Amino acid sequence: MKNLKNIFTVLLVTLVAFNCSNDDDAAGPTGPTGPDFTGTYTQQDQMGRPAVNTVFVSSGSKDMFNTTAPSNQNAAFQSMFETNLTGLSPAFANPGDTNALGQDAAAFTGLLATDVLNVSLDGTTTFYDGTNVLTGRTLADDVITVELLLIFGGEDFSENPTLSNDNVDANDKSFLASFPYLASPW
Amino acid sequence: MKNFKFILGVGVFAAASFFFLSADHIDAPAVQGGTSDITDFYAFQGQDTDNLVFVANVQGLLSPGATGSASFDENVMIEFNIDNTGDNVEDLVIQALPRDGKMYFFGPVAPGTTGLSSTVIGSGPQTVVDITTYGSAPMVQTTAGISAFAGPRDDPFFFDFNQYSAIIGGTASGFNNPGTDTFAGTNVMSIVVEVPKSMIGGTGTINTWVESKSK
Repeated sequence: MKNLKNIFTVLLVTLVAFNCSNDDDAAGPTGPTGPDFTGTYTQQDQMGRPAVNTVFVSSGSKDMFNTTAPSNQNAAFQSMFETNLTGLSPAFANPGDTNALGQDAAAFTGLLATDVLNVSLDGTTTFYDGTNVLTGRTLADDVITVELLLIFGGEDFSENPTLSNDNVDANDKSFLASFPYLASPW
Repeated sequence: MKNFKFILGVGVFAAASFFFLSADHIDAPAVQGGTSDITDFYAFQGQDTDNLVFVANVQGLLSPGATGSASFDENVMIEFNIDNTGDNVEDLVIQALPRDGKMYFFGPVAPGTTGLSSTVIGSGPQTVVDITTYGSAPMVQTTAGISAFAGPRDDPFFFDFNQYSAIIGGTASGFNNPGTDTFAGTNVMSIVVEVPKSMIGGTGTINTWVESKSK
């Protein structure tokens, strides 16, 4: 079918070119010779905050998490997240334990189970910069250490110090000040 | 993803039953290592502070030798979802689809239907950029205030994932200092789009996430 369609397109272009003395072969996305984008596209993967599926979703449920709309994720996954968090981190081993945001295991996993990134349109955008919390995610944000601190660091970031920082604090290339911001490839 | 399997070995993969791989790199069996596998998602204020930038990276852990032959899949749509009413349901989408060396961006525009199935919405802004080839300067197209890029970039993610796997696998008790960036020297396929904040709500807080969808 693909070949047939290509042949037809070539014929059409030829006809158009023949009939148009100043044809420049320009083809816009919706033009008669533009690409065909029809059809239905079905969900494969999704992501809001970094490492959420990675860390909190049990191995048999990872594909299901990726194909559950965010508005349905809390009801389907918060309980699993809480079980996995308390099983993983000594900082949440006892009743009343919280992270540095003052969230107990239920509140913390209630935030994370809906896997969307909260982004401010009014100023600083950062995962965490010491002052602002969850107002976006910049390229340079050390999101893993922030998450490790919230998982393992306890009420004041002081607990489990060997687990709460991977000691990789920056990317291996500098980012650009202007669009497209990401560094050139290796 | 072959590199990763080589580094980790099958045994570690089995042992790391739920601390798998960050940020979202090869996070789930159905997409692991495929062209629809999202590795990371970023959203931040642009150099022009009236703009917001969205970044989606796919196909992680490309070695420099493998990057030149990497390409976007023409059957995969990358869709940025924007909720600006606080209900975690998308009010706007930006859709990116590759065709014949170009990346076509549709939106920000209201989706036809919300949720797990999408059709391309052609009634909103459209931005078309040549996909940058490996080794070339980045091709950027700005149309009606929207800037677009697609092509290989350095993976901006950093994490000592190998030590993490060792901790979860029970062969280490903590991180090293300094740690080692498992993602150093690797590339991803990036899609970057910068839009005026006025097109996505103007002020307040949005909830945003990225999806890969295939035909």
